[in-house]
Amino acid sequence: MLSDFPTYSLSNHFKMRHANLVESFQSILPTESVLYETEDLKPYECDGLSAYRQLPMIAVLPGNEAEIIEILKICEAEKIPVVARGAGTGLSGGALPHADGVLLSLAKLNEILEIDPVACTARVQPGVRNLAISEAAEAYGLYYAPDPSSQIACTIGGNVAENSGGVHCLKYGLTVHNILKLRVLTIEGDVLEIGSEALDSPGFDLLALMSGSEGMLGIITEITVKLLPIPEAAQLVMAAFDDIEKAGAAVANIIRAGIVPAGLEMMDKMTIAAVEAFIHAGYDPDAAAIVLCESDGSNEAVAEEIEKIRGIMRESGAVRIDTARGEAERRRFWAGRKAAFPAAGRVSPDYYCMDGTIPRKHLAEVLRRIEDLSSEFGLRCMNVFHAGDGNLHPLILYDANRSGELEKAEAFGARILEICIEAGGSLTGEHGVGIEKLNQMCLQFGDAERDLFHAVKAAFDPDSLLNPGKAIPSLHRCAEFGAMHVHRGDEQFPDLPRF
Amino acid sequence: MEAIVEHLTECVVKANENKQALCIRGGGSKDFYGNPKGLHDSKLETGPYRGIVDYDPTELVVSVRAGTPLNELESLLSEHGQMLAFEPPGFNETATLGGCIASGLSGPRRAYNGAARDFVLGIKLLDGQGRILNFGGRVMKNVAGYDVSRLMTGAMGTLGVLLEVSLKVLPKPETERTLCFELPVEQALETMRRCAGQTLPVSATCHIDRRLYIRLSGIESAVDAAHVKLGGDEFGDNLSFWESIKNQTHPFFRDNKRLWRLSVKPTAPPFSITCEQAIEWGGALRWFAAAKDYDATAVRAQAEKAGGHATLFRGNDPSIPAFHPLQPALLKIHQRLKRQFDPVGIFNPRRLYPEF
Repeated sequence: MLSDFPTYSLSNHFKMRHANLVESFQSILPTESVLYETEDLKPYECDGLSAYRQLPMIAVLPGNEAEIIEILKICEAEKIPVVARGAGTGLSGGALPHADGVLLSLAKLNEILEIDPVACTARVQPGVRNLAISEAAEAYGLYYAPDPSSQIACTIGGNVAENSGGVHCLKYGLTVHNILKLRVLTIEGDVLEIGSEALDSPGFDLLALMSGSEGMLGIITEITVKLLPIPEAAQLVMAAFDDIEKAGAAVANIIRAGIVPAGLEMMDKMTIAAVEAFIHAGYDPDAAAIVLCESDGSNEAVAEEIEKIRGIMRESGAVRIDTARGEAERRRFWAGRKAAFPAAGRVSPDYYCMDGTIPRKHLAEVLRRIEDLSSEFGLRCMNVFHAGDGNLHPLILYDANRSGELEKAEAFGARILEICIEAGGSLTGEHGVGIEKLNQMCLQFGDAERDLFHAVKAAFDPDSLLNPGKAIPSLHRCAEFGAMHVHRGDEQFPDLPRF
Repeated sequence: MEAIVEHLTECVVKANENKQALCIRGGGSKDFYGNPKGLHDSKLETGPYRGIVDYDPTELVVSVRAGTPLNELESLLSEHGQMLAFEPPGFNETATLGGCIASGLSGPRRAYNGAARDFVLGIKLLDGQGRILNFGGRVMKNVAGYDVSRLMTGAMGTLGVLLEVSLKVLPKPETERTLCFELPVEQALETMRRCAGQTLPVSATCHIDRRLYIRLSGIESAVDAAHVKLGGDEFGDNLSFWESIKNQTHPFFRDNKRLWRLSVKPTAPPFSITCEQAIEWGGALRWFAAAKDYDATAVRAQAEKAGGHATLFRGNDPSIPAFHPLQPALLKIHQRLKRQFDPVGIFNPRRLYPEF
């Protein structure tokens, strides 16, 4: 208990430890790579989920692998928590610093080490931006497929940590499907070569285990990614519907017809309005929902597939079907979808982005329940949907300056995730659990599964020093949450009706 | 079905108490694969736990009990115009889906559509303590918790008993055509690489008996256009040729010899070897049909030099570990994971590595 100790001795102890650590790091890193003053640490206090903020004790910015090895040695010896960070664009608080820990920024490791145009691979450092890989590969007619919306800024290291997706993952897969090899440092000082330049590796699939592990198993220092030939052609169909259920049925009909589109996205009425007001993408403003469906591949395949898609949209009751006239219009249609989040930021002071996944067939029902919750909580909600792979991004609009609204938005979001889990889905498709969704992890998994997750972590990080407290809730936390969960309505929002 | 799960759980709990090794077995189609089972291991049969749990073609997801025959699953998917896109080898008609995922093997389409692990979405697992655990799910994207489902793929049953698997499935291509070229190995490899750098509907490549076979799959017009671009003769017996490569019924695989599987960087130059070889996966998979006394150390060194690893696939010998040895740091992680999933070490001991 804190109260058992005289506070001055605790803070003295802390100060000494802090000063010693700063000195230790300064002995192995250039002075400017060790940050410890509050104003220098400020930029690291949160990631893309800015509702959670915490200053780290120290931030270090190593420039190469050798320096990271030295940093980890010190942290291991002193039992100091280490939180890795790329560009800090994550949306679940995965890179939220630890108050008594070191924030390890990998931003300086930003070199593309090698592009092999014949093997179609790129070997890069973790701090390389996602889009920078495709830009560098373009000269060889190649690109890196996973394209999260934040691809201008987010780093490939962060993509591996979160197993990021994007709008093309129904056809091209997630990060886990597009990486070949990782170089990983363990907190115990081992260098692991996971995966290889071949298509498989002996032993357990640790490459899959590392993907989406949220910086809790090791520190990635090098990544070899797969590159794909840039498709000869790409074409987009925008279909408008007067009913969201018809739009959902159109999506199912496309899949039923044996088409795997390169992209298959859906937006609801409120999103369309927000996006149109923002960037004039050319969507039908009267539509209840629109579906964007992209085909890519050879010229012949695209021409034929687009005709099929148009036919299916028509049969599914679309009120307007536009095929992009030329590349400029195709980009504009996509720009609307990719601007959905900032558009939300224009119609509301704050928004809270959720990331549930559901089996597609439950879409209409889940959207109806979200609508009900929206009136229950008195908060608006925009829905964008990676329809092809069942990944729903409800954007809850709120105003943090109004007392209680953030808490309401969080409670609303938690209910949405619970609905996704009930529908047989998952609480996170691509944003990760981080600090944000720990409670819902208690609902999606039982004690035994969570127990095994902790066991997996222990196999890599026995003292739990890497990003501790994230992604997997403790059994204790779940016990408490379970008790709270039953009474939630009574305790937090006694004025809200419950049914 | 519940009774079967109860029985399996009981067996695991009992084996745990008695420290009795269990050899998990579906249909036995891959008994030859991996290090041989111990003499005193008792069999844990998963075959009776069979059947499709859920299949909705518009979701592109199927959930299947582990004992379900692979044939049965594939014909069901086929009825709905869908398939397992990793084209798993069954080797014979007894193969089950559980064994297919536990071995993690993929067929000719692997280099173009992905591997078994790429299509695994969720699993139900019986662990070493007799607990039934669920990981992943029936959705395409899921980053809640560590990816235990993919970790099980290819683990050769050493981490637990697979009870149920959910897989992503894909539509079958509208049309398929195989082109055939008479080419020496160097030029065949070069052609394979050229194909990989372009948008071509290639779904399989194989160089065997001095011939390069390229399979095109997709919309007819795209297949036609690719055929014009690549040239070559249309090979008539498309289906049975790829079946014979996938299931290794082709004469190349069938002689009484030692079969090495080298998984390497696809651009690795041709190996200069004295035995016959076949090449698949755009150059990334090389099969050596070697004599019994062929030097294992040399094969493994060659594979490493080519950025990959070598498996003694058939013709196993107790003196040669079937799978490529792991670096010490990786072995340490493997042993620790094994202890966490199966503390007493009852599941398929030494089948994957002699150390666990």
